[in-house]
Amino acid sequence: MVNDVEAPRRAPRPKRARRAAGKAAQLLAVLLIVSFGTFMLSALLPGDPAVAILGEGHPPEAYEQVRQELGLNDPLLSRYVEWLSAVIRGDFGTSLIPPQSEVSSRLASAFPVSLQLAVMALILALVISIPLAMVSAYRAGGVVDRIVSAITFGILSVPSFVAGLLLIAIAVNQFELFPRAHWVRLTDSVPDNLYHAFLPVLTIALLEIPTFTRLLRSDLVNTLQEDFVLASRAKGMPSWRIMLFDAFRPSSYSIITVVGLALASLIGSTVIVETLFSLPGMGSLVVHAAGQGDLPIVQGAVLVIAVTYVVINTAVDAAYSIVDPRIRRAQN
Amino acid sequence: MPRTEPISAITPPAAGATTAPPGPAAETRPRGAGFDVLTLMCGLWLLTLAVVALVAPLLPLGEHQDSALTLAEPIYAPPDLASAHPLGTNALGLDLLARVIYGARISLVVCISAVLIGMAVGGIVGITAGYLRGKVDVVIGVLTNSLLAVPTLIMLIALASVLRPTPQNMVIALSLVAVPGMIRVARAQTLALSQREYVTVARALGARRSRVILRELLPNVALAIIPLGMIYISALIVAEASLSFLGIGIRPPQPTWGNMIAEGQDGKMEQYPFLVIVPAFFLFLTVFSFNLIGERLRKVWDTRQVKL
Repeated sequence: MVNDVEAPRRAPRPKRARRAAGKAAQLLAVLLIVSFGTFMLSALLPGDPAVAILGEGHPPEAYEQVRQELGLNDPLLSRYVEWLSAVIRGDFGTSLIPPQSEVSSRLASAFPVSLQLAVMALILALVISIPLAMVSAYRAGGVVDRIVSAITFGILSVPSFVAGLLLIAIAVNQFELFPRAHWVRLTDSVPDNLYHAFLPVLTIALLEIPTFTRLLRSDLVNTLQEDFVLASRAKGMPSWRIMLFDAFRPSSYSIITVVGLALASLIGSTVIVETLFSLPGMGSLVVHAAGQGDLPIVQGAVLVIAVTYVVINTAVDAAYSIVDPRIRRAQN
Repeated sequence: MPRTEPISAITPPAAGATTAPPGPAAETRPRGAGFDVLTLMCGLWLLTLAVVALVAPLLPLGEHQDSALTLAEPIYAPPDLASAHPLGTNALGLDLLARVIYGARISLVVCISAVLIGMAVGGIVGITAGYLRGKVDVVIGVLTNSLLAVPTLIMLIALASVLRPTPQNMVIALSLVAVPGMIRVARAQTLALSQREYVTVARALGARRSRVILRELLPNVALAIIPLGMIYISALIVAEASLSFLGIGIRPPQPTWGNMIAEGQDGKMEQYPFLVIVPAFFLFLTVFSFNLIGERLRKVWDTRQVKL
């Protein structure tokens, strides 16, 4: 890993290179620990897997043979290495419960659905929270601000399965505005896909709107007290111009971070919504597999989700120091 | 690379982060003005709920679990405060009031124990990492990041796929969720606090390391961790409810708020809305109260701007 880090050509900056190398090593360690934990899930299973597969009442030799076949008699570490090398090659094994398909193909068909839901939900959440935050920050402590903050605080306390159930009850069953329990792939028909995705996306977005709004509002309030805003005001700029062109950019750094992290965590956290609306994403895949004890699918999905999370998280970290000059200077 | 400020300042989103970091000038209200009527009502609600849940077996409630005893009871009885079933009954004739109260019992016991474990373990580990720095800090950081790499619900579902859904196992799984966030906050707090004058003074006076940690750092770190604990309780209550809603947490007939709400799926909710409204209302009020009180405590106990 250390060799991967490119040494800077001119003025040698060993500190920076060393820091990057250290960071990469830590990243690798995190991935190894997560994969080991995922692998160890099978060790947590109560009972003997051989008994679980054959059922009871067989001669001991039969169980021994199954154990041999599964490699359960090998030392733990060598089993882990074998499992990991297969996983790195993209082979997650086959699912235990019929239809016994390849785990990797199941994951490949589920991942885009979750990714699409997460991205669309984040966009919707931003479209709603940015204006809300601006309106609240415009007169911090005013009536609008207090109403918005009360509403966002209330939404914060509504679990997504309750919100989803309510949305289904009202928009699907009462007024029949939206269909339920069907998913049209983006590649089949774009308008149909958007129409079917709207309610689930809204449910997920509701989860994020309070966090985004509150964060951006508090950053905006801080920025609006800066001297350059005062200068703009003194020049006679209208409030909306100051808000959009002066205050928004410097206030947007921490929300960029949070959006990135939310994208990473949402890919797994759309579980509830996917189950409620019967969408074929990662979440419903994991829940079904967990309910049936189909461990290879659970392990594969957890690993894919965790790797995605770590990769996005790292990218956000890097992007953050590129976008915000203050951080960049502080680091050098 | 050291974590950039906005990342380390927030509770990790993976653990159901609910709050934004307070900016230095974000709150203009004077300190101490945080406790108002709403906070008081939330406190009263939690107190009432806790007491009622505690003494539930002594209360004259209907049957909450054993449907063999409710064969003669009406099913789907609508809520009627004057009747024997003030909040109605479910498909098996079980009393909804009794079920929400016993559900509160499970939720509160499981989530509060998980948060207490998380606070104890996370606090100690976080202070150690922040005070010792160096290699210990790096190793703890890697372990924390590994726990955070798997989103809360996915981790809980994965554990639920191999562990039996007993309350004890729920506590273990949920405390795994609470620990990394606690470690991060305790560590960040310790890093900031060890630069403060009183720590320098204690060291200059020759205090041992254990004394600095226990007498100087721990009380101040606790001020940051307790409000976070309140917010975590609400996040864990939601997580626990989500698991039982998905059918892989604590299972019926034992009532939890999550599996009670799940009873309203498949069109039952349109016919008998109270099936969902009753547990959802309890869930909402409780989560809201923990969130609000946590938030207020955090504002009042914010030690970062206090001089000395």
